[in-house]
Amino acid sequence: MSGLKRTVFWTGVAALCAWVLVPIWLIGLGAFGGRTGVFRWPKSLWPGDASLAALQTFLAVEGVWPAMVNSIIAALTCMALSIGLGAPAGYALARFSFRGQNTYRLLILLTRAFPLAILALPLTVAFIRIGLYDTAFGVGLVHTALALPFAALVSASLFQAIPRELEEAAWVFGCSRWQAFRKVVLPLALPGIAAAAIFAFVISWNEVFAASVLSVKNRTLTAYLLTVLAESPLHFRFAGGFLLILPSLAFIFAVRKYLFAMWGIANR
Amino acid sequence: MAEITIDGIAKSFGATRALEQIDLTVADGEFVALLGPSGCGKTTLLRIIAGLESATSGRIVIGGRDLTEVPTRRRGLAMVFQNYAVFPHMNVYENVAFGLRMQGADEARIKARVGKATELLHITPYLDRYPAKLSGGQRQRVAVARALAVEPPVLLMDEPLSNLDALLRLEMRAELKAVLREARTTTIYVTHDQTEAMGLADRIAVMHGGRIEQIDRPTAVYERPATTFVGGFVGSPPMNFLPVTIANSRLELPGASLPAPQASGALLMGIRAEDLTPVADGEGLPFDIAVVEPLGAHDLVTGRSGQTLLRVAAPAGSGHKPGTRIGLKPDPKRLVWMDPASGRAIQAQ
Ligand SMILES: Nc1ncnc2c1ncn2[C@@H]1O[C@H](COP(=O)(O)OP(=O)(O)OP(=O)(O)O)[C@@H](O)[C@H]1O
Ligand SMILES: [Mg+2]
Repeated sequence: MSGLKRTVFWTGVAALCAWVLVPIWLIGLGAFGGRTGVFRWPKSLWPGDASLAALQTFLAVEGVWPAMVNSIIAALTCMALSIGLGAPAGYALARFSFRGQNTYRLLILLTRAFPLAILALPLTVAFIRIGLYDTAFGVGLVHTALALPFAALVSASLFQAIPRELEEAAWVFGCSRWQAFRKVVLPLALPGIAAAAIFAFVISWNEVFAASVLSVKNRTLTAYLLTVLAESPLHFRFAGGFLLILPSLAFIFAVRKYLFAMWGIANR
Repeated sequence: MAEITIDGIAKSFGATRALEQIDLTVADGEFVALLGPSGCGKTTLLRIIAGLESATSGRIVIGGRDLTEVPTRRRGLAMVFQNYAVFPHMNVYENVAFGLRMQGADEARIKARVGKATELLHITPYLDRYPAKLSGGQRQRVAVARALAVEPPVLLMDEPLSNLDALLRLEMRAELKAVLREARTTTIYVTHDQTEAMGLADRIAVMHGGRIEQIDRPTAVYERPATTFVGGFVGSPPMNFLPVTIANSRLELPGASLPAPQASGALLMGIRAEDLTPVADGEGLPFDIAVVEPLGAHDLVTGRSGQTLLRVAAPAGSGHKPGTRIGLKPDPKRLVWMDPASGRAIQAQ
């Protein structure tokens, strides 16, 4: 019985790992395997003639580095604004009862009801007027509009899950509202907020449409690759794809500590 | 100086009235227990005193200062929450030190005070542990230690020992009492355990349905309940209430004649189990024994006198048998008389 359970457990683990790792492995193989590696069959576990050639050539392509910088600026803008605005909004939703609270919740979600395609033209016009057109910051702003509703709703449920008494205890022992938030609520909410931040970062990093429409020269990496890679050989495209997933992976790896720091389960 | 004055506090949650009209003064250094059944508004009253809930009407004054506009953190009090509210992301030491850190105490003083409080509550072995790895009773003691460590002028405790085993509770009770008396801390202590209230408090306020039914010294509450509710709620077993008819200002029983506080009519006679003496059948109140429970110190005898259920504490080993009839002689000095309609005590003239 326990043997069967173990088998089922490890099969599940293997399936989940494969779900994530196989595509990454395939992309990596394409990116490092060179021109021939892409078409070789059966696939080897490790690219036999591993070379950084494709990646190097790719990185040498004009405009890749600035595009990556733009992507990072846009993603960081999106992340900072989504959390900076979304977390307080979520806190307000969780802790205060005010009139029209449910309507407000609905309105937050409704912002996602407008297809970006419809907003694109007026946005372009407006951005040109304000001087945000063709800037990474401008793209980051639009991405914030996409990520913010989720950041607000996710953090609302996060804060709701933290017992109000903990905060009240902090007040009793001398904390102001803000101190209680910083010393008690924030540390407890941090894993969830980190997850919301990653989510915002990845939304921005992967977004193509708004980025393509709202910029011409200062493209983000995704938008840039879309135009460049259409005319490139396959292993170059794999190299581009690999570069695209790399920052997301690195970022998730960096904040994993906060993701898994479920107090009492995995602390220390 | 930390005298607490609760002045006409009422609280409604929407349509429900949680507190009707609470007036209570707790003297500086006094220990008052709030005793009452579940849902009678004890926690609500504490939360209003702490400023965590705003009263619908009335005001709280501590040490001569009207606290209506004062935020919780400036009220100079500490509180033990009913559900503990220990911080899950801090270990026991940091939890207990929290209030002191907020006061800006230096490390040496924090260490000394935390040591003292945790020792008192027997949680020194767990200083490095996080609350998730403590039992319910240990967590509760962390909450008490956290409140004691700041040595506040006013201490509010909401059932702080409810989750401890009987022995530990008895020990903690005695130690709490000693510590709070020595520090002259003004304490309001919520409990629904009446022995705890009797043992700890200078005065007991018995609450029922959002009102204070009676506030007095423990013995007075026990011996002279102001209402039938108090008589039934305080003391174990609850007070006996026997409907009787009065004629000529006296209650005539076979072999006994008791003075009554009114000339004639129906009354409730309240008497404690230990104030009824078993005598031979034919004397006093006729009593049909139904159950005899030997409790060690005495035998608890339950039975009926007419239609009314009575409980009697008979001397241990007195050999009463279920199914037999005996007589009961009430101690005339320890009777209370209640009005059957209002359930309130009638003061003897
Ligand atoms: N936030 C609230 N909203 C609505 N009703 C409430 C709220 N808090 C308390 N009540 C009601 O007020 C009444 C008193 O509650 P309270 O928590 O003060 O009882 P308590 O005496 O502490 O009971 P217990 O001994 O079970 O802790 C209850 O009827 C309860 O349902
Ligand atoms: Mg309560």
